[in-house]
Amino acid sequence: MDILQIIFWILTVMAIGCALGVVLSRNPVNSVIFLILTFFAISGHYLLLNAQFLAIVNIIVYAGAIMVLFLFVIMLMNLNADTEPQKSWLVQLAGVVSGGTLFLVIIAAISKANLLGVINTETTNIGLIKVLGQVLFKQYVLPFEISSVLFLSAMIGAIVIGKKDME
Amino acid sequence: MILLEIDWFFILSKGGLIMAILLTSFGVAAYATWGERKVAAVMQDRYGPNRAGPFGLLQPLADGLKLFMKEEIIPTNSTKFIFLLAPFLFMLTALMTSAVIPWGPDIQLASGKVFSLQVADINIGILFVFGVVSLGVYGIMLGGWASNNKFSLLSAIRSASQSISYELAMGISLIALLMLAGSLSLRDIAQQQHGFWDNGYFTWNFFKQPLGFIIFFTCSMAEMNRAPFDLAECDSELNMGYHLEYSSMKLGLFLFAEYINMFIGSAVMVTLYFGSYNFPGMDALAASVPPILFTIICVSVFFAKITGMILLIMFIRWTLPRFRYDQLMNLGWKSLIPLALLNMLLTGAAVLWLFK
Amino acid sequence: MPIQYYLFLSLALFCIGIMGALMRRNAIIIFMSIELMLNAVNLLLAAFSKMYNDSAAQIFVFFIMVVAAAEVAVGLAIIVMVYRKVHSVDVNILNRLKH
Repeated sequence: MDILQIIFWILTVMAIGCALGVVLSRNPVNSVIFLILTFFAISGHYLLLNAQFLAIVNIIVYAGAIMVLFLFVIMLMNLNADTEPQKSWLVQLAGVVSGGTLFLVIIAAISKANLLGVINTETTNIGLIKVLGQVLFKQYVLPFEISSVLFLSAMIGAIVIGKKDME
Repeated sequence: MILLEIDWFFILSKGGLIMAILLTSFGVAAYATWGERKVAAVMQDRYGPNRAGPFGLLQPLADGLKLFMKEEIIPTNSTKFIFLLAPFLFMLTALMTSAVIPWGPDIQLASGKVFSLQVADINIGILFVFGVVSLGVYGIMLGGWASNNKFSLLSAIRSASQSISYELAMGISLIALLMLAGSLSLRDIAQQQHGFWDNGYFTWNFFKQPLGFIIFFTCSMAEMNRAPFDLAECDSELNMGYHLEYSSMKLGLFLFAEYINMFIGSAVMVTLYFGSYNFPGMDALAASVPPILFTIICVSVFFAKITGMILLIMFIRWTLPRFRYDQLMNLGWKSLIPLALLNMLLTGAAVLWLFK
Repeated sequence: MPIQYYLFLSLALFCIGIMGALMRRNAIIIFMSIELMLNAVNLLLAAFSKMYNDSAAQIFVFFIMVVAAAEVAVGLAIIVMVYRKVHSVDVNILNRLKH
C-alpha cells in the first residue's frame, strides 16, 4: 500500500462513520457536526482525485455557508435531544431495511457489470481553475446563466416565504 | 515503500518554518494585547499598563500566568465535549490561514536548493483563505450554544448571521482583485506587486482597487469580530456573549485567538492590497546588500506593514461606537454588497476594454 | 485504484442518506440526509471525471452545488415558517396540510 491508498482508506472510514453519525445521533447539533466532518472527508477525496477547486468550493459552500445556516436554524429553534421526535422502532427498522436492500441490489448489479475503469494516481490538471473556467464559460455558459436565474429566484423565494406578517 | 522516500530537507525546512510562524503569531498576539491597552490609554488620556516591567512590557506574561492559575469552571448543564472543543476550534481556524501567506521572498541556498518562506504555495491560495475564514464562525457558534446560556446563544446566532452576511461582500470584493491579478496564488499576487512604481502607475493593488480594499477591510473587521462589529461579544448587551461561561485558559484561548485573527487578517490584507514584502527601491537595495540581509529587510518591511494595519484596526476600535444590530445588517446588505458589485463591474469593464 | 471503490463508497453514503430520510422525523435532519445524498453523487462524478480525464463532470458537480445552495435557502425558509406556525419541526405533525 502506498501513502495515497492509506489516505484513501482513512478518508473512506471517516466519511462513512461520520455519515452514520449524522443519521444516528439524537442531538441535531451533533448531526450537524458529523455532517461537517463528512464534508471534510469528501473534500479530502476530491483532493486525491486532483479536483482542488471542487475540494475548496465544497468546504466554502457546504461547510462554510450551508451548514452554518443549518446550525443557525437549529439554534434559533433551540432544538436538542429532549425535543427530538422519535419514530417507532418498526418504522426505523423499515427504513434501515429499505436502505440496506437498495445498497445490496446496486452492489450486486455493479459487481455483475464488467467495469474495468482504473483511477490512476498520476496528477492531471483537469481540476485546475484555469481549465474548469475555460470549460464552464465556453461549453456550459448557458446552464451557468440559467443557474444564476435560479439563484435569484431562490433568493426572492426565501425572502417572500420568510416575511413575517403575510396577512 | 514510497513512504520512506522522504525529502528530509523539505520536511525540516517546512517544519521549522511552521514552528517559527506559530511562535511569531503567539508573540505578536501577546504583544498586541499590550499594544491595544496602550493605544486605549493614549486615546483616553491615561497611562495604561505600567507596573509589570518597563512600560508594562511584561503585562502579557502576567496575564497569561493569571489565566493559567484561575479555577476551571464547566457549567453543569453544558454540552461538555462541544464546550471543551469550541475554544480549540476557534484557535485552529485563526492559525490555519498563515499556511498560505508568503512571509518573504525565496532564499537561494548555497547548495542550490530554494528555501521558500511560505508553508504551502497552493494554486487556490485565496480560496483557501476564504474557506478558512468561513469556518471561523464555528468556534463562536458551538461555544455559545454549548454553554447553555441565553446570552451565549443569542451571541452565537448573531455571529452566524453577521459572518454569513459579510462573507458575501468580502468574496465579491476579492473577485475584482482576482480579475486584475489573474491568479489565485498568494505568491503570484505578492510578486506582481514588485517594487512600488512601474509603467507609470503604482504596482500595489491598493492603488488599483481602493474601493475594493475598503470593502474588504470592513468585512474582515466584521469577520474578526472586532469593534465596531463585535456584536457577538457586546459587553453592554450580552455580557461578553459567547465566552460568558468560559473561565481560565479556555477564556484565554478565545481572547488570544481574536488577536491572532487580527494579526493573520492584517497579514492577508497587506499581502493582497499593500504589496506584501515589497517596498520602494527594493531592486537597488537587492543589488547592494547580501541576499540574506535583503530577505531579512523584506520580512521586516512586511511586519512593519502588518503592525501599521494592526494599529489602524485598534484606532478604529477606540474611535467608533458599536453598531446596532439592524445598522449592521443594513450596512452589509444594502451598502457593501451593492458597492462590491459595482466595483466588480467597473473592474471587469476596465480589464476588458482598457488593459487589453 | 479501481473505480469500484469509489462506486461502493458513494453508494454507501447515498444509502445512509436514504436511511436517514426514512428513519428520522425531524425535518432538518431529513434535509441534511438529502444533502448527504447529493454529496455522494458529487463524489462519484468527480471520480468519473478523473477516470475519463474530462472536466465536464466537475462542472456538473459545480451545478449540483449551486442547486443544493438554492434548495437549502428555500427549504430552510419553509422550515422556519412552519416552525413559527406549529412550533415543531416534526414531519408527522405536518400532515395536517392535507386537510
